[in-house]
Amino acid sequence: MAKYVIVGASAAGIGAIEAIRKIDPMGSISIITEEYCADYSRPMISDLVSGKADIQKMKCRADSFWTENKVDTRLSKKAVSIDLAEKTVALEDGEKISYEKLLLATGGKPFVPKIEGQEKDGVFTFTTMAEAQRLATKIDENQSKSAVVIGAGLIGISVTEALVKRGLKVTVVELKEKILSLLLDPKASEIVEAVIKKAGVNFATGQSVQKIVGKPDNENAVGGVVLTRGEYIPCDVVVVAVGVIPRTELVAGTSIKSNRGIIVDNFMQTNIPDVYASGDVAEAYDFILDQNRLLPLWPLAVLEGKVAGYNMAGKRTAYEGGTNMSSLKYFGIPIVSIGNANPKQDDTTLEKLVKLDAENNVYKKLVLKNNVIVGITLVNDIDRAGIFFNLMKKKVNVKRFKQELLSDDFSWAVLPVSLQRKMGVIQ
Amino acid sequence: MKKIVAKQEACMGCGLCEVYCAVAHSKSKDIIKAYNVEKTKPISRIRREISKPISFAIQCRHCEDAPCVTACLAGAMTKDEKTGQVIHNKEKCIGCWTCVMVCPYGAIIMDKEDKVVTKCDLCQGLEEPACVANCPNEALIFKEVKT
Repeated sequence: MAKYVIVGASAAGIGAIEAIRKIDPMGSISIITEEYCADYSRPMISDLVSGKADIQKMKCRADSFWTENKVDTRLSKKAVSIDLAEKTVALEDGEKISYEKLLLATGGKPFVPKIEGQEKDGVFTFTTMAEAQRLATKIDENQSKSAVVIGAGLIGISVTEALVKRGLKVTVVELKEKILSLLLDPKASEIVEAVIKKAGVNFATGQSVQKIVGKPDNENAVGGVVLTRGEYIPCDVVVVAVGVIPRTELVAGTSIKSNRGIIVDNFMQTNIPDVYASGDVAEAYDFILDQNRLLPLWPLAVLEGKVAGYNMAGKRTAYEGGTNMSSLKYFGIPIVSIGNANPKQDDTTLEKLVKLDAENNVYKKLVLKNNVIVGITLVNDIDRAGIFFNLMKKKVNVKRFKQELLSDDFSWAVLPVSLQRKMGVIQ
Repeated sequence: MKKIVAKQEACMGCGLCEVYCAVAHSKSKDIIKAYNVEKTKPISRIRREISKPISFAIQCRHCEDAPCVTACLAGAMTKDEKTGQVIHNKEKCIGCWTCVMVCPYGAIIMDKEDKVVTKCDLCQGLEEPACVANCPNEALIFKEVKT
């Protein structure tokens, strides 16, 4: 019997533990994870492949985290079912753990479209440490020279950088016409694509992989891919990075409601009392879209986990909401994209402030709705991103100082003194 | 906890806070050596916000519920529950810039050379932070504030 049972020991699970312990120092916590290593930073698996980080550096909490927080950790254990009437979680090995409060923080899994030849040796996904280690080992052992990455989103670009650092020739295949299309508008995407191309990466956009073919001397090992337009690209490894989907298997067949992800209220509770969900598996509130949706992002998962943890421990806490928000460091060009950064062209309710300095690859764009910032794009000049995000979150009317926002000397000082005071910047 | 508070009406925008901050965090702690001899140029963790005639300095506010700590991908940003300070561990930092994106004050500085971030540490070991001690017009005050 544990007071709190958490399924999944990544961002949301960790956030929940930290919050629970602030309220309830003693209540027993059990956490179940399929992985053999808990608390590693998932976004850092590309650093593991590039050699920039080892497992110790990837640990995003101190080694003492689990003992200090008195957590019963069940590593390499799979939760297979929930009995809501009995209030128990069953593990694959037959054990049943009963709970008073349950958090489902099972995260996401890579979406892998059906591709002919995908069973060949040398095809990888890229969301877990184990998978990253397999990829790194493969590169070491086979002395791989080239790779094809399918998908030019966040994960695709991160693994591409790691592979380039390892000396591989990389071709990125992307179904959309533009890379990072969920984050960037066409102009920003073009700038970033040009920077990545300079690092030696090829892009095949507007295409997908028709089939993966074997090597001439070994049909079972990846030897190349054939694109939809027929082009053949030889390669030693293929990384499928087209996206993640929520791991909702545990709630299937239960009365816990889900759409694509598990549905939660503002307190991260599911439709079943005492059962909560957070992180990539949950559909949480997006304050820009004003609706719940999947937002599989590390910082939001921690935040949602914290909210769940507080509520599980009895401190009623509402989630402030998140939105699509990412900062990227890859290929030496810092990027921030928040909210409705790439709105539909024909949306006449939106106003766009844009500044381009092509020579320095600097591009800044703010999207306004009724004089409130609803979208932020910053390429190669992200220093003041936090101020814009703060104005966005607090829904500050920017009408009076609109023209200052993208000026080179933008700072708090250009904003009205009354606003500086209100935002707590000065006394 | 004791925090640094900026008084906008007293700030002249002279920039000495930036200079002394950079020196205090340099290897030699010597103004001449820090700027002229040391290989890595000193970086100030405090930043002047200027739009004449208005100016004031801003640095990490060591927020109670710090967004940077929650958002940090690498566990490099932590909250010391005892002192209230938000502490940045350069060794853990991976320069992902997530904290830069979420800091409500825009107070986290990008160290573009080392590809990590840096921020105010309230000058550990000094009686008073260097920016406060060297502000000629008392536009920066180190005082107890409610968190």
